[in-house]
Amino acid sequence: MAGRAGSGAGMVEGALWRKWVFFYVPLTFFVVGTLFPFYWMLVTAFRPDGELYRPWRAVNNTPFWTTQPTVEHVLYLFTQTMFATWLWNTMFIAIVSTMISLFCGLLAGYALARLRFPLAGGLGTGIFVTYLVPPTLLFIPLADIIRDFRLGDTPWSLILTYPTFLIPFCTWLMMGYFKTIPKELEECARIDGASRLRAMVQIIFPIATPGILSAGIFAFTLSWNEFIYALVFLSSPQQKTVPVGVVSELIRGDVFFWGPLMAGALLGSIPVALIYSFFVEHYVAGLTGAVKG
Amino acid sequence: MSRAHPRPIAGGAGGATEAAHLATLPRDATAMGPLARLLEDERVLGFLLLVPTVVLLGLFIAYPFVKGVWLSLTSATVGNPGEFLGLSNYVKIWNDSIFQRAAYNTFVYTAIATVGKLTLGMWLAILLNRHFRGKRLVRASMLLPFIVPTVLSTFAWKWMFDPTFSVLNWSLYHFGFIQTRIGWLTDPVMALGSVILVNIWRGMPFYAITLLAGLQTVNPELHEAAALDGATAWQRFWRITWPLLLPVTMVVTLFSVIQTFADFQLVYVLTGGGPANATHLFATYAYQIGINTGLLGEGAAVSLAMFPILFIIVVIQLWYIRRVEGA
Repeated sequence: MAGRAGSGAGMVEGALWRKWVFFYVPLTFFVVGTLFPFYWMLVTAFRPDGELYRPWRAVNNTPFWTTQPTVEHVLYLFTQTMFATWLWNTMFIAIVSTMISLFCGLLAGYALARLRFPLAGGLGTGIFVTYLVPPTLLFIPLADIIRDFRLGDTPWSLILTYPTFLIPFCTWLMMGYFKTIPKELEECARIDGASRLRAMVQIIFPIATPGILSAGIFAFTLSWNEFIYALVFLSSPQQKTVPVGVVSELIRGDVFFWGPLMAGALLGSIPVALIYSFFVEHYVAGLTGAVKG
Repeated sequence: MSRAHPRPIAGGAGGATEAAHLATLPRDATAMGPLARLLEDERVLGFLLLVPTVVLLGLFIAYPFVKGVWLSLTSATVGNPGEFLGLSNYVKIWNDSIFQRAAYNTFVYTAIATVGKLTLGMWLAILLNRHFRGKRLVRASMLLPFIVPTVLSTFAWKWMFDPTFSVLNWSLYHFGFIQTRIGWLTDPVMALGSVILVNIWRGMPFYAITLLAGLQTVNPELHEAAALDGATAWQRFWRITWPLLLPVTMVVTLFSVIQTFADFQLVYVLTGGGPANATHLFATYAYQIGINTGLLGEGAAVSLAMFPILFIIVVIQLWYIRRVEGA
């Protein structure tokens, strides 16, 4: 790019102000706008109560940070609430439902991408359509069904329902991935005497590892973030996930405990943010694959 | 023994000959068990691989859907199956002013938020497509609103919108923009605007990153050639970038419209549908009736009222994907 001075020079020359107006200023705007709420979460989580509840017109010398950081809100979370349990519940539910969805999505994706059988087209479309069904369409009858199955207020109510929006996504993503793997690989394996099942598990699945990782990371973050099913199906404090626990247990009537609330929001976000930061590329591949197929 | 362990033989030294036999004439029982033979059949295997998926989706999507339709035709409440009412739940909500308001809000919310997310997302994608120091870090951090649990980040916004302690009001006041405080969530019109703002904030990165992936496939030489011919940046966007990105844009937008239309969490946390039911969406109103009040039948009717619109969007999306794949 840099070598193409001919066309490049004309655009760069004397256009430093343009670069500021059309690039740096808007980009800064986006960065600040996107990240400020997280910054505010962080500041609030470590700000003492005396500083938090100061009216909006009051004089404040350090509005955007604090000179007396405190860990009292974090301690409150871990000593006065079941935050640690919620973290554990969220983690457990997210991991198990992701595993189930990966298992189902891997098999279904392979079948739809590679095998010819009656109803394949119909089932493929059906799975795609369920991919587009938002949880808010079905939560009321589903709550009734969960009660009928006696799964209410157990982690299984979520472990079994989260796959409804994770499997279609995993299937869709894996289908796209399998289509990029040459068919000859299985054909060779089968000529060498491997059964269909064996060629699939031992030849194709290992090659698809990056796709599986993408689907897994994406599914994990989706189930970590899920809210409405968890809100409706869980009722006792020791069963709740982080989002539901924070919403229902840190607000007493109309009183918001903003310090612990923001500390909870921060700590509840860190695990997904960490996993995301380790696997940014895979996550983005999953995200873009999710819409392109 | 060979019957019990057919696979090691097939994969062993004699594998190639075994396969040759398989292809011509299944030398059945001695080489392979009946189950293994069955699994070699594409139709059987394909079907079996789909069983777990079909069972789970059938049990927790198809069955709830049918049950939801049934519930919406009854007077069911929690723990009481109720009796068959026909369409009277639908008639009732049709004439319910809060439902009408919720329907209106949902359309306004979806329309404004979608336009906002698409415009800002496209803009951000174009900015991020350039080379600059710290590009990777900026790109990665832009997705944070989308990664972090929505409910948790929405609480940060609720705190920023707080009537008494709002940092936004504080900043606007101290920079001299306002004299009286803005009731971000207490004024009915403003509240809907605030909810839309947060939705844009949360959803915009999804557009930006998927559109960025699309932008990276656009050949830069097209832009260079057009620039040489004297096309302005604006012309180059509309004549080159936009048409080439259209397929990705369509899919992303349709996908996001569904999510926005059926949104629940933002409103639930920020306003709970208030003030005075001014910010209810279909989903939050369905929650209030079906779960808080316990009127399962009526609640199911409210959430199923979303179905026709969602159905139309899904049909458009399927049609569009088929067309793009066919081309």
